Amino acid sequence: MLDGAQAVAPMMLGVIPFGLVFGIVAAGSALGPLLGGASSMIVFAGAAQLAMVDLIDAGAATVVVIATALIINARHIMYSAALAPHFQDFPTPARFALPYVMTDQAFAVSIVRYNDVDDPVYKQWYFTGAAVTLWIVWQLSTITGIVVGAQVPDSWSLDFAIPLVFLVLLVPAVKSRPDLVAAVVGGGIAVAAAGAPYGLGLMIGAVCGIVAGVIAHRVIR
Amino acid sequence: MMNVAIVFIIGIGTYLIRLSFVAAVGRKTVPEWAMVPLQFVAPAVLAALVAPAVLLQNGRFDLAPSTNPRALAALIAILVAWKTKNTALVIIVGMSIVWFLQAVT
Repeated sequence: MLDGAQAVAPMMLGVIPFGLVFGIVAAGSALGPLLGGASSMIVFAGAAQLAMVDLIDAGAATVVVIATALIINARHIMYSAALAPHFQDFPTPARFALPYVMTDQAFAVSIVRYNDVDDPVYKQWYFTGAAVTLWIVWQLSTITGIVVGAQVPDSWSLDFAIPLVFLVLLVPAVKSRPDLVAAVVGGGIAVAAAGAPYGLGLMIGAVCGIVAGVIAHRVIR
Repeated sequence: MMNVAIVFIIGIGTYLIRLSFVAAVGRKTVPEWAMVPLQFVAPAVLAALVAPAVLLQNGRFDLAPSTNPRALAALIAILVAWKTKNTALVIIVGMSIVWFLQAVT
């Protein structure tokens, strides 16, 4: 358990400012401090939470807010599939509880470690240590952001911290030329479609970017 | 009330996505036709989140630092993110550039 916690510790440098920004933004949004804080426990997925708050504030249609957040979290299907062969040896309660705390970070450190070990008990507690550490830090940084957020004036342009946080996630996600095509098309179409009704612009951009990435993947290979 | 429902539906949906293959005994791999598109979810979605927020000012495409300081700040933030991968530093540098450009223009 400690091994897992130790492995994710350096990643807190990214998690803490992200949680602070979410807390500050949520506190000043239509979601409000209480529901904003609760969403960190109910959803526990930073990028989706931030996009959700952004879209709700922009007056997007309910269906669009939900669909966009779930598309952002669709990457967890890959994580779930990659972890499944390891998780199948865990006790049933753990198999159903641990996916709740699944994150990019906990997945990344665990899947690497799982290459070197066979003991399912160790695997279970390694993931638990990594994931629960992150959960606690996310809740604490969100709450801190909410408390601080009430005192931040609009003139600080703190809403710009939202795209900055996404940029930090975006840059390492572009690892190949098809990735770059997906990003450029996704961003470009999202800009062009920004005026689309119901807040659909983000989803249209994202879907076009994914399609463009798939095409580029075929062509380049 | 609607927002409470939104948060819960996204929360439940996200849990089910995370649980999907872990709960499915027997089938343990994502089919190839789904694997390729899933790889592009992160770059496409994140770019779609970032681009309108930094390239548009009052709904119009604007790259001029005097009227839209965010475009230039984002460009420098990309360089900082690429070189350091340090979230706090990217936020500090990006915000400082915006504040500076707002102050001088």
